[in-house]
Amino acid sequence: MRKMTADQVEALKPSGIRKFFDIVSEMKDAISLGVGEPDFDTPWHIRDEGIYSLEKGRTFYTSNAGLKELKEEVCNYLNRRFQITYDPVHEVLVTVGGSEAIDIGLRAMINPGEGEEVLIPQPSYVSYEPCAILAGAKPVIIELKNENEFRLTAQELRDAITEKTKVLILPFPNNPTGAIMERENLEEIAEVIREKDIFVISDEIYAELSYKEEHVSIVNIPGMQERTILINGFSKSYAMTGWRLGYACGPKEVVAQMLKIHQYAIMCAPTTSQYAAVEALRNGDEDVAQMREAYNQRRRFLMNAFREMNLPCFEPYGAFYVFPCIKEFGMTSEEFAERFLKEEKVAVVPGTAFGDCGEGFLRISYAYSIDNLRLALTKLKDFVTRLRENKDPIC
Amino acid sequence: MNDTRMKILTFIEHNSRIHLKELAVILGVEEVAVANELAAMEQEGIICGYHTMIDWDKTTTEKVTALIEVRVTPQRGQGFDTIAERIYKYPEVNSVYLISGGFDLMVILEGKTLKEISQFVSDKLSTQESILSTATHFILKKYKDHGTILTKKYEDERISITP
Repeated sequence: MRKMTADQVEALKPSGIRKFFDIVSEMKDAISLGVGEPDFDTPWHIRDEGIYSLEKGRTFYTSNAGLKELKEEVCNYLNRRFQITYDPVHEVLVTVGGSEAIDIGLRAMINPGEGEEVLIPQPSYVSYEPCAILAGAKPVIIELKNENEFRLTAQELRDAITEKTKVLILPFPNNPTGAIMERENLEEIAEVIREKDIFVISDEIYAELSYKEEHVSIVNIPGMQERTILINGFSKSYAMTGWRLGYACGPKEVVAQMLKIHQYAIMCAPTTSQYAAVEALRNGDEDVAQMREAYNQRRRFLMNAFREMNLPCFEPYGAFYVFPCIKEFGMTSEEFAERFLKEEKVAVVPGTAFGDCGEGFLRISYAYSIDNLRLALTKLKDFVTRLRENKDPIC
Repeated sequence: MNDTRMKILTFIEHNSRIHLKELAVILGVEEVAVANELAAMEQEGIICGYHTMIDWDKTTTEKVTALIEVRVTPQRGQGFDTIAERIYKYPEVNSVYLISGGFDLMVILEGKTLKEISQFVSDKLSTQESILSTATHFILKKYKDHGTILTKKYEDERISITP
């Protein structure tokens, strides 16, 4: 028999997260700080609207691009929150989470096998690189740096661009570092993007979880909207991960091509979720604000604890992650995380799960209650103190 | 009300046991400022007490709670205040509210037994001149109190490690 599987897929690296998950799942009483989703339940009025749609028998497909009222509410929302204007008829596509939007956005832009390059700043979410490969592109990694607070600089971008470069993935606010890009950072890279004539997929799924100033989108920078696919969704801001609902906005030419892939591969995003999402956008601003405030409190709590135990960590202003540096202990991220789990029963994710340049860092999620965090931090302090005591002093 | 006060109140309404130092860190406000605001709000009667929420049903202690609707004749020149005061002075009375709608005062009463409560109503409440009528409702089960669900414990059902 011939080989059933495709070489390209076999060559994909299994997710580093998966490997660590297997170790954690064997430990029953471990505290986890490894979760990449909110600890809040979806606000009840949103769930209630989903249930109501089921009661009313709204169990059919929606149109491929999504419910008309949802696309309109998405546009209202983007305008209300971020002063971005899109046409709901031609420029919005409702997807199965932000993940699908990343996949079909790449596939709609890449000519497979022609060596077109997709720039992926890392550390970042695990799916960009495999999606780029599967779309037939060559992924090119830009290694972001701690000293830049893991922001993408114009110089780093310029250095990575070749004649083959087509798309830049822009993952801010960032998972796993919690880094953000402020307006002036975006203006600088936008200049390079326009000059080199490349396109952007801006994954702004954590846009609502920005703690410094209001989130600024690359789309807000003049001349960028026409070359950007903006991705957002309901998972993080409305605590709706399991509903699998996101959206992509962009120039109508590219949205039309994405829509074709979406209609053949997916048909439409889940109907129940779409009705719930309409409610979220119409009446959910207050919920989002409350959750953001809760995350921000935990963020300050964690950062203060790191300062007290002298664990270096740049101040992250986005998402719900902190990314402390553990290089002083002379262990790899994976070794540190494994020992920490075995000795203190606390699970954190090694930075390397999000790219090689995550080496020497840990991703700690603060999508947990303060009580939970306090307990885990006490254990981290014990662990760190023990490591420092047992170690020969470096001079 | 200033922003710091609002932040403090919103947080401690559901977590009054937090240490001052930690509260300051969490809110991103100087510890001295938090301490001053807390003291001022206690002084001004904005913060009226720090209580513990107890689900007595989970203990062996018997407790009965009743909500009593009271209709009264307001007194000339004093409205409802005098009669409300007469009622709230009883230590077994937990809360007294002036209510809009079909009756005037809502009295929440705690006692050891049904009998104790009904005796209080018939002896102490109904006999007062300005009270026209009462209707007593006994609480059979508390599902949620002070924003806290009592019937279910929070369980983290998320997968322990996700990207």
